[in-house]
Amino acid sequence: MLRKVVIFAVLAAIVSAPAFWFLTIPATIPASALAPHTPDLANGRTMFLIGGCASCHAVPKQKDEKRLGGGLALNSPFGVFYVPNISSDTKDGIGGWSEAQFVTAMVKGTSPSGEHLYPALPYTSYQRMRLDDLRDLFAYLKTLPPVAGKVRDHDLPFPFNIRRTLGLWKLLFHDGKTFKPDPAQSVQWNRGAYLVNGPGHCAECHSPRNALGAIVAGKRFTGGQSPTGQGGVPNITQGKLHDWTVADFAEVLDTGMTPDSDRVGGPMVEVVRNTSQLSAGDREAIGVFLKSLPAPN
Amino acid sequence: MWNKAAVVLIGLGMALGVSAVVAQTSPIAARKALMKANNDNARVAIQMMRGQAPFDAAKVDAAFVQWADTAQKLPGLFPENSKTGEETRATPKIWANKSDFDSKAAAFGKAVAENRDKAKASLDGLKAAIPVVGKACDNCHEDYRAPKQ
Repeated sequence: MLRKVVIFAVLAAIVSAPAFWFLTIPATIPASALAPHTPDLANGRTMFLIGGCASCHAVPKQKDEKRLGGGLALNSPFGVFYVPNISSDTKDGIGGWSEAQFVTAMVKGTSPSGEHLYPALPYTSYQRMRLDDLRDLFAYLKTLPPVAGKVRDHDLPFPFNIRRTLGLWKLLFHDGKTFKPDPAQSVQWNRGAYLVNGPGHCAECHSPRNALGAIVAGKRFTGGQSPTGQGGVPNITQGKLHDWTVADFAEVLDTGMTPDSDRVGGPMVEVVRNTSQLSAGDREAIGVFLKSLPAPN
Repeated sequence: MWNKAAVVLIGLGMALGVSAVVAQTSPIAARKALMKANNDNARVAIQMMRGQAPFDAAKVDAAFVQWADTAQKLPGLFPENSKTGEETRATPKIWANKSDFDSKAAAFGKAVAENRDKAKASLDGLKAAIPVVGKACDNCHEDYRAPKQ
């Protein structure tokens, strides 16, 4: 009996190893998929602001949001992530990357060396971004100053340090699909839906996560754990914010002020620093979309 | 017998009185009261800015006076034994970075002092002044106040 068990286990390992390898091949977007495109730097800056890149990638403990040398430590249940350098430095940042490599990282979560990136980079949201917007963002990032210095590797215990296993995680939690507008909704609603679910990646903080660290889909936007560990991140569906108007949402993103004349605090202060620089139209579009978020059952 | 009862009753009364005074001066309660008053005054100013209430220089002035009072009192309301309890939203970072916290409170006081005259002079002055004061509120809240939950 024991012999049969051992034979079965060995066969299972032999069969599953290549299966595992096949299932977890990191996906890429080839350069041939990118049609000729003239970058729009103004749009790139908009994506930079709503994408919140500086919030993680700016050098910590200094005020210049354009110095994207990385180094911030992000604590998580899976270990500590050290945010990389994405400045225009060609050696230590992304200055030497191609467009295809950048969109591959943001949409597929695959690095230029062909490895899976950890979803600490929220490509589960960025995957919804249109290629043109990503290419504009990349062009804008390359206008920002180079910052020398590679950031140290993440500090993750076994088995989380095995990048290849992220291939399985992606099969479950990442589909690589671009945002699809809802034809039944207004242009403004769709703009808001795109900004929130794509570059804005609001759900990444404002949703609860399961044991594997993925957003619980049925509870999206109902609130989550604070990235700093203290207090919570609020529920922003109509289940909690039914009293808020579209103008109230737009106001928070503009001034940080809530309808009860309080001010948002913690990491949301940094978000508002960025969203306050967006157009009023984009803030209102976000408000239109958020106002439509039903309370989950 | 009545003497004993009197002693017990008076003793109880004193204990209640003392505890009421202690509750009154709990630093957590005191700083929450300051923040609530800050917010009430912010609401007054914001309603004027939105045209929901008429501009009233006296009320604006009272708001700025109360905010100045907060800036002055706040640093002293975080003794070592007030880190938890009473649903405080103060983060541990305050005690780890007390000098930074104190300097942010001082910066808030400075923003309030520098904008008081402009704010009470006219509605336009108020509209220019409030965002500057609001930023000073945010600079502290970003690290030192936990979100509501």
